[in-house]
Amino acid sequence: MSLISTLARLEAVSSGRAQPAATVRHRRLSDRPLVLVPLTTAGEAGAPLGALVGTDRDAPHLLVVAQPRDRDLRFAFLSELADVVLPYLDGYAESVEAAERTETDPETGKRVKVEVELCADAPQLIVPSRAGVEFLRLLGRSMRFRRTAEQDPETPYPAPPRLPLLGRWLTHFAERARVPGASLLPAVTDLLARHWASGQSTLEDQHLGALLAWIDPPEGVTGAEAALRAELDRDAEGQLLCPPAGPATDPAFDNRLLAPAIERYDRARTALAAAEDGLEADDRLGALTAAEREIRALVESRTRPTWDAVWRGLDLLRALPEGAHVEERWTRDRWSFTAHRDRVLAGEPPQPRRDDAVTAANKLAAREREQARLEAQEALDDPLVMAGRRLSGEAFAGEVTDVVMAYSEGKRPSPRPLVTVRTDDRPYLGERARVYRSLGGRPQAAEFVGYEDEGALVVLRIVDKMGRGKEPEVGSVPEKGDPVCFTLFEHEQRGGAKLPDPEDTPWTHGGPPGEAAAPEPDPVTAEDLL
Amino acid sequence: MTTQAFDPGAEAARATGAILHDTLHGSARGVVVDSPPGAGKSTLVVRAALELADAGRPLMVVAQTNAQVDDLVVRLAEKSPDLPVGRLHSSDADPYDKALDDLPNVRKSAKAGDLTGLAVVISTAAKWGHVKVDEPWRHAIVDEAYQMRSDALLAVAGLFERALFVGDPGQLDPFAIVGSEQWAGLSYDPSSSAVTTLLAHNPELPQHRLPVSWRLPASAAPLVSDAFYPYTPFRSGTGHDDRRLAFAVPADGSGADRVIDEAAESGWGLLELPARHTPRTDPEAVRAVAAVVRRLLDRGGAATSERSPDPTPLTADRIAVGTAHRDQAAAVRAALTELGVTEVTVDTANRLQGREYDVTVVLHPLSGRPDATAFHLETGRLCVLASRHRHACIVVCREGVADLLDDYPSTEPVQLGTLVKFPDGWEANHAVLAHLAEHRVPHRP
Repeated sequence: MSLISTLARLEAVSSGRAQPAATVRHRRLSDRPLVLVPLTTAGEAGAPLGALVGTDRDAPHLLVVAQPRDRDLRFAFLSELADVVLPYLDGYAESVEAAERTETDPETGKRVKVEVELCADAPQLIVPSRAGVEFLRLLGRSMRFRRTAEQDPETPYPAPPRLPLLGRWLTHFAERARVPGASLLPAVTDLLARHWASGQSTLEDQHLGALLAWIDPPEGVTGAEAALRAELDRDAEGQLLCPPAGPATDPAFDNRLLAPAIERYDRARTALAAAEDGLEADDRLGALTAAEREIRALVESRTRPTWDAVWRGLDLLRALPEGAHVEERWTRDRWSFTAHRDRVLAGEPPQPRRDDAVTAANKLAAREREQARLEAQEALDDPLVMAGRRLSGEAFAGEVTDVVMAYSEGKRPSPRPLVTVRTDDRPYLGERARVYRSLGGRPQAAEFVGYEDEGALVVLRIVDKMGRGKEPEVGSVPEKGDPVCFTLFEHEQRGGAKLPDPEDTPWTHGGPPGEAAAPEPDPVTAEDLL
Repeated sequence: MTTQAFDPGAEAARATGAILHDTLHGSARGVVVDSPPGAGKSTLVVRAALELADAGRPLMVVAQTNAQVDDLVVRLAEKSPDLPVGRLHSSDADPYDKALDDLPNVRKSAKAGDLTGLAVVISTAAKWGHVKVDEPWRHAIVDEAYQMRSDALLAVAGLFERALFVGDPGQLDPFAIVGSEQWAGLSYDPSSSAVTTLLAHNPELPQHRLPVSWRLPASAAPLVSDAFYPYTPFRSGTGHDDRRLAFAVPADGSGADRVIDEAAESGWGLLELPARHTPRTDPEAVRAVAAVVRRLLDRGGAATSERSPDPTPLTADRIAVGTAHRDQAAAVRAALTELGVTEVTVDTANRLQGREYDVTVVLHPLSGRPDATAFHLETGRLCVLASRHRHACIVVCREGVADLLDDYPSTEPVQLGTLVKFPDGWEANHAVLAHLAEHRVPHRP
C-alpha cells in the first residue's frame, strides 16, 4: 500500500468517512449497463441458486433455481439468463463503425492497414463483488463446452440451444476482467475502492454494504459504526439486515430459511409425481407452485438489497467526471468485444481449457503493458493520484525558475535547453535519469543534470519534442514561472517482443501444441459419491 | 573410509571441462549450468564463447541487462582482442557503455543485419526479442537464465538451434507486475523462470553445477550453501587463512567499530538495534548503516587475499550497501552524503545481483517491520544480500526479527503442479539469523 493511501485510510478513520482517492472517475461506466447479482448454493461449486439481472434498476428479472441440484432446472435457469444477456450483447454487436487496424499480410509479410469493423459501443456487465466475477468465470467454463442437440444429435444430455454461446461470452468477459483498467466486467466493490479510501482493510472493502457505509454513511452515524452495522446487524429471525453481496449466502439464511423451503418444494414435487388422479394433481400442483413462489421470494429478499446497493454505488461513481484517458482504454474494450464477436461469427471453437504457451505469454505481456499504462494514465489524469506518485519519489512538480539555452554537440547542433525547477518534492533521481512531462498530450523527455540549492532546485536538460529547427518551436520549452510536473515513469508503453505463432512454438516450450486431444475425465473414486 | 583433500581448483576445472565437452561435442540441444554466487559464471561464459567461436560456430549471447552485456563484451575483448564481436543495442540514447568505443574489434549496431558474419553477437533478451532471422544461429549462450522469464525465452528461442543456459538458481526469481496465477502449474507458465520451463519440457538435458565459489570466503560459503543451496552444496575456493581484513586505526569502542572488528575477525557481523516498529526508511538504522560505512573507510582497512601477496586498501569502490527497497537505498545515500561519503555503491538486492565487493553492509529486509510479507521473505533477496562479499558482511537490524518470523509463517497458497521452492524464505531467514546471532553487537543509538 502506498504512503498516500495509508494516510487517506488513517484520515478516514479519524474523520469517520471514506476519503477521496481520486478526483476523476478512472473507469468507464456504460449508460446502460447490465447489472447481475448472482447467488450460489452452498456445498456445490457452480450451482446457481438465482440471480437478479437487468438493465432497468426498477425492474430487474428474477431468475431462481428452486432445487439447485436438479440439472434440468439449472439448465432452465441458464437459458433464461441467456435470454436476458445475449439480446443485450447482440444490441451492441450490430452497431458498428469503420476502423483501421495494422495486420501482417500473410503473403508479403509486410505490415499493412486493413479496413475492419469496430463496434460503436461495448456492453458492460456489472457484478457486486470480485467473487461475482469469479462465479461468472466458473459458469462460463461450465457452459462453453456443452453440446446442443443441434451440434451433436448423439449427445446424451443436450444443452438448451444458446447455452454454449452464453458460456463463451461469460468466459470472454471474465478473461477481459483480468486486464488492468478494462471495464467490460467490473465489480462495484473494486470500482468504489479505487475511488475512495475507507477506514477499514482492503479485505473488508470487499463487503459492498460496509464499503458503501464508509463512503456514504447515514445521517449522524460514522462510517465505522455504519460499516459494523452492515456487517453484523440481524433482524428478529436472526437474518442479516444487509445480506452479503454474494454469490455465497449467509449460513443462517441457508439453514433457517432456504433449506426448509427447498425441502418443502421437494416434498411437494414428490407428492405431485405420486398423484393418482387429475383432481389430486391439481391440488398438489398448487402446493408445488406455492413452494416455488416461497423460494423465489426468499431469493429476491437476499438479492434485492444488493441490487439496490449496486445502483447506489454506480450513482456515487457517476457523480465523478470521467478521466481523460478513460475513453482510450474503453476503445480497447470495444476492440476486445468486437474481436470476440467476430470469432463467434466465424464459427471458431470455444476458448480452450488452457492457454497454449504463446497465448499465455502474449496475455501476460499485454496485461503488464496495460498495468503500466493504467498507472501512468491515472497519474496524468488526476492530480490526487499524481500526488501519490510525487510522495513516493516517482514524480515532482514545481515552478520553472530559470531556462538557459544550450545546444548539443555534433554537426547539426540541436536545442538542448537547461531548465531549472524549484520543487518541494524529493524525487529519487539517479545520474542522468530520464524524466517526462506531458506536452499537449505527448510525453516530452528530459535528462536529469543535477541538484542545486541543497536539492530544492532540479536542473534538467530537455531533449526532444522541440521540432527540427535550430530554435525550439514556440511552446515546446517551458518558460520561467511556468508550473511543471515531471514523472520518472514513462507515459507510453513500448510494444513487447514479437512472439512466434503457436504452431511455431520452439523446443524449449514443448514445441507446437498439436491437435487438442480431449483429456480423459478423472476416474470416479469412492469419494466422488457422497 | 578415506577422505580425500578437497582441491577446489581441480574440482572446478573438472566441472568446467564436462560443461564445455557437453556444449561442444554433446548431442543434447541444451546444457544447463547452475552456478552458486561467485563460482566463475562469467569466466565460464567467456570461455565457452571463445571455444565455440574457435570451433567456427556462429554464436549469439543473451544476457538480461545492458550492464551485463557490456561487461561480457569487455571481458571477451580482454581475453581475445582479435575476436570480431557484435554488440546489438537498442535505439535509445546512450544504449551501451562508452568503454566499448575503445575496443577496435567490437562492432556496435541497433540492427542485427549489420552484425551478420561476426563470430559472436551479444545483446539483451529484450532486444533479441525483436530480431528476425531466416537462418537461426548454430549456438547460443543464455546468461543469468534463472533471472530470465519463460516468456522472454519463448521470444528468442527460435533464433538458435542449441544453447548453453547458465545461471544462479538461488538469486531473485523473475517477477510479473500483474497476477499470473491463471497459468500456475502449467509447464510453460510465462511468469516462471526460463530454466524451469526448459527443464519441464526437456528433462533429459544434461545439468551441471559449478562446485566452488571463488568469491565467498571460507567463513561465508558454508552458511550460504546450507541456507540457500541445501541440495546442491558448494565450497569456498579459499581457506580460512587465505583472506584477512585488518584495520590500521584501532576501535574507538563504538557499536560501529565493534561490529567492524567482529566482521573482520569472523566474516560476519550483526549490529543489533533495540526492537521497534519503524517506517521503511528507519532513520536510526539508516544512520547506523552510514556510520559503519564511514568507519570502514576511516579506519584504514586493508584486505589480504589469494589474489596478491600484499594487502590492498579497502577503498570506497570495494564497499557496497544493500537494501530491500529503493527508498531505503535513497535514504542511506542521503545519510552517507551527510557524512561526506559519495563513492560507495548503495542499491537494492535486485540491482546488486551479479556484483562483487570486499565488504558489504546490509540493512536487513525485515528490520523494524511489523509483518513479514512474501516480498521480504523471498529467499533470493536475502541470498543476494548475503553473498556479495569477498571478506565480510555486516548486517544492521532491529532486534526481534526471529519473533517476527515466528509470528508470520509462510502462508503463500500452494499451486498444484508447481515445484515447491525449497528452502522457503522463512527457513532460510531463520538459518541466517541463527548464524548472525553468534556475531551480535548490541547497539543503542
